[in-house]
Amino acid sequence: MQLFNSQKSVLKLSDGLDFQGFSFGYTGPCEGEVIFSTSVFGCPENLSDPAYEGKILCLSYPIIGTYGAPSEIVTDGISDTYQSVKPHIRGLIVLDYSSDFSHWGSNKSLDAWLKEYKIPGIYGIDTRRLSKHLRDNGTMLGQIVPDGFKENPAVANPELENLVAKVSCTEPCMYGKGGKKVALIDCGVCNSTLRMLLAHNLEITKVPWNYDGDLGGYDGIVISSGPGNPALCKETIATVKKALEGKKPVWGIALGANIVELAAGAKVKRMKFGHHTANQPVRLAGSDECLITSQNQNYTVDEGSLGKDWKPYYVNLNDATLDGVKHVTKPFFATEFEAEQVVKEFVKAL
Amino acid sequence: MIDKSLKKVLLLGSGALKIGEAGEFDYSGSQALKAMREEGIKTVLINPNIATVQTSEGIADKIYFLPVTPFFVEKVIKKENPDGILLAFGGQTALNCGVQLFKLGILKKYNIKVLGTPVQTIIDTEDRDCFNKRMEEIDIKIIKSHAVETLDDARKAAAELGYPVILRAAYALGGLGSGFCDNEEELNVLGAKSFSYSPQVLVEKSLKGWKEIEFEVVRDKYGNCITVCNMENFDPLGIHTGESIVVAPCQTLTQHDITKLSELAKLIVRHLGIVGECNIQFAYDPYSDDYRVIEVNARLSRSSALASKATGYPLAFVAAKIGLGYGLFELTNSVTKTTPAFFEPAIDYVVCKIPRWDLSKFHGVNREIGSSMKSVGEIMAIGRTFEETIQKGLRMIGQGAHGFIANKEIVVPDIDKALKEPTDNRIFVIEKALRKGYTIDQIHDLTKIDKLFIEKLNNIVLIANELEKLNKVEDLSKDMLILAKKMGFSDFQIGRLIYKDKLDTEQQVDIVRNYRKGLNVIPVVKQIDTLAGEYPAKANYLYLTYNGTEDDVEFHNDKKSIIVLGSGAYRIGSSVEFDWCSVNALQTVRNSGWRGIMINYNPETVSTDYDMCDRLYFDELTYERVMDIYEKEQPHGVIVSVGGQIPNNLALRMKNNGGVNILGTTAESIDNAEDRHKFSAMLDTIGVDQPQWQELTSLQDIYDFVDKVGFPVLVRPSYVLSGAAMNVCSNKGELEGFLKLAANVSQKHPVVVSCFIQHAKEIEFDAVARKGEIVAYAISEHLEFAGVHSGDATIQFPPQKLYVETARRIKKISRKIAEALQISGPFNIQFLAKENDIKVIECNLRASRSFPFASKVLKINLIELATKIMIGEDIVPPQKSAFDLDYVGVKASQFSFSRLQGADPVLGVDMSSTGEVGCIGDNTDEAILKSMLSVGYSIPKKKILISSGDGAQKAQLLSACKLLIENNYEIFATAGTYKYCVENNIPATRVLWPSEEPEYGFRGALDMIKSKEVELVINIPKDLTQGELTNGYKIRRAAVDFNIPLITNARLASAFVTAFCNMNVDDIQIKGWDEY
Repeated sequence: MQLFNSQKSVLKLSDGLDFQGFSFGYTGPCEGEVIFSTSVFGCPENLSDPAYEGKILCLSYPIIGTYGAPSEIVTDGISDTYQSVKPHIRGLIVLDYSSDFSHWGSNKSLDAWLKEYKIPGIYGIDTRRLSKHLRDNGTMLGQIVPDGFKENPAVANPELENLVAKVSCTEPCMYGKGGKKVALIDCGVCNSTLRMLLAHNLEITKVPWNYDGDLGGYDGIVISSGPGNPALCKETIATVKKALEGKKPVWGIALGANIVELAAGAKVKRMKFGHHTANQPVRLAGSDECLITSQNQNYTVDEGSLGKDWKPYYVNLNDATLDGVKHVTKPFFATEFEAEQVVKEFVKAL
Repeated sequence: MIDKSLKKVLLLGSGALKIGEAGEFDYSGSQALKAMREEGIKTVLINPNIATVQTSEGIADKIYFLPVTPFFVEKVIKKENPDGILLAFGGQTALNCGVQLFKLGILKKYNIKVLGTPVQTIIDTEDRDCFNKRMEEIDIKIIKSHAVETLDDARKAAAELGYPVILRAAYALGGLGSGFCDNEEELNVLGAKSFSYSPQVLVEKSLKGWKEIEFEVVRDKYGNCITVCNMENFDPLGIHTGESIVVAPCQTLTQHDITKLSELAKLIVRHLGIVGECNIQFAYDPYSDDYRVIEVNARLSRSSALASKATGYPLAFVAAKIGLGYGLFELTNSVTKTTPAFFEPAIDYVVCKIPRWDLSKFHGVNREIGSSMKSVGEIMAIGRTFEETIQKGLRMIGQGAHGFIANKEIVVPDIDKALKEPTDNRIFVIEKALRKGYTIDQIHDLTKIDKLFIEKLNNIVLIANELEKLNKVEDLSKDMLILAKKMGFSDFQIGRLIYKDKLDTEQQVDIVRNYRKGLNVIPVVKQIDTLAGEYPAKANYLYLTYNGTEDDVEFHNDKKSIIVLGSGAYRIGSSVEFDWCSVNALQTVRNSGWRGIMINYNPETVSTDYDMCDRLYFDELTYERVMDIYEKEQPHGVIVSVGGQIPNNLALRMKNNGGVNILGTTAESIDNAEDRHKFSAMLDTIGVDQPQWQELTSLQDIYDFVDKVGFPVLVRPSYVLSGAAMNVCSNKGELEGFLKLAANVSQKHPVVVSCFIQHAKEIEFDAVARKGEIVAYAISEHLEFAGVHSGDATIQFPPQKLYVETARRIKKISRKIAEALQISGPFNIQFLAKENDIKVIECNLRASRSFPFASKVLKINLIELATKIMIGEDIVPPQKSAFDLDYVGVKASQFSFSRLQGADPVLGVDMSSTGEVGCIGDNTDEAILKSMLSVGYSIPKKKILISSGDGAQKAQLLSACKLLIENNYEIFATAGTYKYCVENNIPATRVLWPSEEPEYGFRGALDMIKSKEVELVINIPKDLTQGELTNGYKIRRAAVDFNIPLITNARLASAFVTAFCNMNVDDIQIKGWDEY
C-alpha cells in the first residue's frame, strides 16, 4: 500500500453513495459508467481493451500494481502485452494500490503508467462492497473526485455516445500475408483477436466500423469486440446484414456478436452488471464440452427474439445467458468471447 | 454420468500424521467419503489413525483400524469385496499402496475398479523417467535429471550437469532423502542416504533462486479442465513447498506469465490423463518467462487442501464425484449452490500459508530449512493486503510472535549467514535485517526472495517506526490507527510499540483496545464466496479484515449461537485429535438446535470445512480477534475446552476482561488447574498427593531443593536458549549442564524443579463431569514407565495390568478434583502410580489428546456427552464401563525422525512424536502388533541388534530376549548387553560400539545397520553422559537414516517382541470397528 502522503479522493456514484479513498495515477477528476471485474490478473494489460471505453473499472481483487506496467513486447507489429495502444478505462478503483512492484519485464509502476495516459485512480476503496453494490443495483454512472477538484453535477452517460466510433481505426490496415482473406471490422478490436486469427495463416484486412467499401471480395468477415451499445453501430449492422445474405463465414465476437444478432433480426438486452471477468464458464450447447472464457460485455442476446434459423451455440453455465449463437445451416457465428475452438470452426468454413 | 455398477468402494487413508503427511488427508478423505455417501454408495475405510474425523461414526460405513499396506488391504478386499477403490485421498501412503496393489495384480484379481486417475497415470507421474518421457512427448520443459542406481553414477551425472545439483530419492514422501549438493563431498554423504530410501536416485541441475509456482488442476472424464488455484512460494525454489510461506494468488506474475503457466498446466493434465484433481509445481525464472515443470502429484495433497480453503472450492469432494464419472458441469458449486463446479474461482482477498516448525523439541536437529520437509503443521491467514495477511499468519503459527514486528528480540549472531542459509525463523531474521538498515536489494541478494515481498515487509517496519515515535495512544491519529490496522497490526503490537513495555502487557493492550473502540475502528466480516461477489452466495465461510467498510453478513443477536474455539496449527502435542473434538462439539451444538460457529485457521482440518458449522470464521484465535467476533455475533457462549491449550489459555481473560460467557467449567476453575501454585494448594487442601516441586529463582535454591528431594529431578526453566524446554537430570553434572542452557535463572525467569519418580506407571484419566460430578471416564495406562511424555507413550485402554486398588484410588482422587474444581465438561488427569501409591502430575480442564481414542474404543462419544453438559442439555450418564470391554485398544506414536536431520531419536519428558494410531485387538498382543505395524514397524525376519541401557532395563528385556531365541532370532549385542545375555544363557553375537577400536572377528554395530543386515534395532539410552550419548546416538541415528525400525524404550521393546513372538501376522484378525 502506498503508505504516506496520499491525496484524499472520493468515488461518487449516481445513486448517492460515496466511497472515500486516496488518489493515485493521474490527479484529476473523471466520470463514466462504473463497472466491476473479478479478474485477479491482467491489470494493467487488460485495461487497454477498447471495450472498456467510457468505463470506470472497479477491481474486486484487492492488491493491484504488484508487477507494475509491463514494457510492451511487439511481435510482427502487434503488441503481445497490451490489447491496444493505450488504456481505455476512464478511471480505476482498487483497494490496495501497491506502489511496490517487481517484475523483470516492467520498468514503471502502475501509477506512472496511469499518469502517462492521464487516468485517475482511487485506492483504499472496499471494492468487494462496491462490486456487490453494482451487482445488486446494476452498473451506474459515477465519478472520481480528488480533493480540491469539483464534482460534476451531471455525469454524461457514455452508453449514449457511439463509443465504437471513438475506438475504431479510421483507415483499413493489413496483417499477415497469403492464405484466406478475412475482413476484420474493427469496433475496438483487441490484439488478442488479431493474434488468434493470424495464427491460422490468414490475410487480414482491418477496416473501420463504418467501412463502406465492398467486403464481397473477402473469404470471411469477423466483427470484433468493442465498447458501448451495439445498436448504435447502425452502419456495421447494415454491413453484416448484407453479409448474412451470402454464404461466407461471419463471426462476431462480444459486441460483434451482438451486432451479428441484431443484423439477424434478434434483440439484444443490457445485462444488469455485464460479464467482465476472466472466468466465465460456458458449455458448447448439446455437448459435454465446457470452456472457461474471458468476457468483457454488457449486452446479451434475447433468446426469445432469435429467428428459427439460429440456434444456441454456447451457454453460460453461471447465469444461463446465451453466450453464443450460430446459424442452423450457414457458417455464421456469434460468441461473447474468443476461443480457439470457435476460430477453428470459422477458419474451417472459409 | 455416473457408474451405476458401483455399490461399495474402498478408501485408503493416510495413517498416522507425520511430517509431510498430516491432517490434510483427514479433510480430503472425509470429503470423498461424504461424496460417496451422497450417492448412496457404501464405503469401507482403512485407516489406523483413530483420532481422525473420517474414522468417526456416520462418515464411512465400515472402518478398519489397520495398517495401510498391501498385505492388510488385500485382506480387507477379500473380506469386503468392494467394486471400486479410491487411492487419491490418503496422501503418498495410499498412493504408494495403490500402485503396489496394482503391480501385485491384487486389483485385477479381485476385479476392483480404480476410481479417478488411472494407476498407469499415477506411475507416469511418480516414476521420474516415465514422467520425463511423457513430458517430452508434448515438449514440456522438465528439470533434466539423471536416474542413477549407484553412487558412482550419481557422481558422473553430477559432474556432467555441473554443481550445484539436487538429489531426489524416487517414490519417497515429500522430499525424504533429498537435498542439495554444492560439491562432490556433499554428494557422497547425501547420496548414501538417498539410496537407503530408494534404489533409484535422481540427480538434477539445481534451479535455486527460481520462483516456485503451483497450480491445482481438475479434469473430468470428458476432458473439461480447470485451474482452481494458483499459488506462489514466498521462498524461492530450493525450499520445499511444505517449508515455504505460500501466497495465493500469485503476486509477482503478469497476465502473460499466469496464462502461459495455466495453459501448460492444462496441457499436461490432459496429456497425462488425470481424472480428478492434481497439483503441478513449476519452477519459473525470475528474469524471463522460462520455466520447468518440477512435479505433478496425481492426488489430493497438502497444497490441494490449502487451495480448497483458499478458494472455497471443495477439491476433494469434486475429485471424488469425478471419480464416479460425473462431468464438472454436472456438479454444483457448493458455495453459491446455483452455479456449476465447472468454473475457476475468483478471489478478492489474499491468503498466506505459513509452516509451523517444532524443531526446538529435538536434540541436535539441524535447523536449516531446505529441500526436505521438517515443518509439522501450517496455518492459513486471510486478509486483503499482503501486510495484513502475513501479520495475521505470523500470530497464528503460535510461536510467540505478535506479527512480523514487535516481538521478543531474537539473537542472530550473523544476519548475512542467517539470510543466506535460512532456518525456521528466517522471516524474523528479515525483520531484524530491515530494522538494522539492510536494503531491499541486499536482502533479496541474500535470500532470493522476490523484492515485492520484502518491500511489503518493509512497509510494516515503516509503520512500526511511526508508531514508535509516539509515547501515548492519544497521540495516535485515527487515520494512522486505521492504516496500522490495515497493515495487520494487532492491539498488542501497537501497545508495545507506543508504550515500549513500560506498562504491563495486558494493560498496554487494553489501552489500545479501548481507544480503538472509542474511535469505532473495528474490523469487518467478509465472505469467501468463490466468485468474488459476482453472484450472490449464502457463504458462511468468513474472515475479518480492516480493509473494508461493510460486513458481508448480518448478525442475528438472538443468543442462539455458540462459538467453538478450534485448536490452531498442528504442532507436536496438538493435532488432529483436537480437530476431532472440535468437529464433534460443533455437531452436538448444532444437533441440539443451536447455531454452531467455528473459529480456527488451520487449513489441514475438517473443522475448517464450512459444511461443518453454521458460520466458519477462518481467523485468529487471539483474545483480540475472538472478542471482535464475540462482540459482533453476541452468541450464547463460547466453548473453550475442545481445542487444546490455545482456547484454554484465553478463557480467563475472555471472562474477566471481555465478559464472555464461558460454557462448562468456569474460567476461574480452569485457572485454578492451570496455575501450578493454585492447583498444588488445592491438592493439599483436598488431601491429594503430588510429586514434590518448587518454583525457584536462584541456582543456590535449586541445589538446596535437590539436596532435599534427591536425584533425579525434572527441571523446567521458563526460558531456554536451545534444545528441549525441560529435562530430567539424574546427577549434578547433568543439572549444571542443563541449567547453563537456561540462560538466566532469576525472579523473572524462575525454574520449576520437581521430584522425578522412577519406574512408576503413568495413567491417563479422561473423563466428563457435570457440576463437579463425574459422569463418564476412561482409565488408560502407559506401556512405558513415567519419563516418556504422554504424547509419545504407547497407551492401552482398557488397562491390562493395573491393580484394582490403583484404579479405585484413581477414581476416588478424580472425583475429589472434579468436585473441588466444579468441573462441567471434559477433563484429563495424569497420574503416577508406584505400587498403590498414587500421585497427580497434571490436570487439564479440557479434552485431551486421548479423547478420540478413548471414545472410539469405549464407543461412548465423550465429547458429545461433554458438549451436551456444557450447553445445558439433559444427558443420561452412560452405564458401560471399561471393564465390560472384551477387547483392547492400543495407541502408538508415530515419529518423524527420519525427516529431522541430526535429531536424536530418543524419547524423553518433552514430546517428539508427530502423530499416532489406535488399533483394536482381541488381546494386547494383537492390538500392539496392529498399531506398531501401523506406525511403520515391520516384523524382523532374523537379526536384531540390541544395546540395552542400564541394569534394570536389561532385566526388563530378559524375557523378550529369551523369546527371540526360542523363535529362532539372532541377537547382536554391544558389549554390556552381550555380557548380560551370556550370563543369562542367551546366545548372542557381540558387535562393536561406534567408539570401540576395530577388532578382528567383530562387526561394528553401525556397519551392520548401514548394510541393512539387522531388521530391528533396540537401543535403550542408559543415561545422559556424553560418551553414552554419542555412542548410542550414532546407532539410533543410523537406524533412522537407514530406515531400520528402532525402539528406544525397554518396556515397549519387550511388548513388541512378545507380541510378534506370540502371534503370527497372518493370525491378525481383519475386524472392522463395528465388529468389536
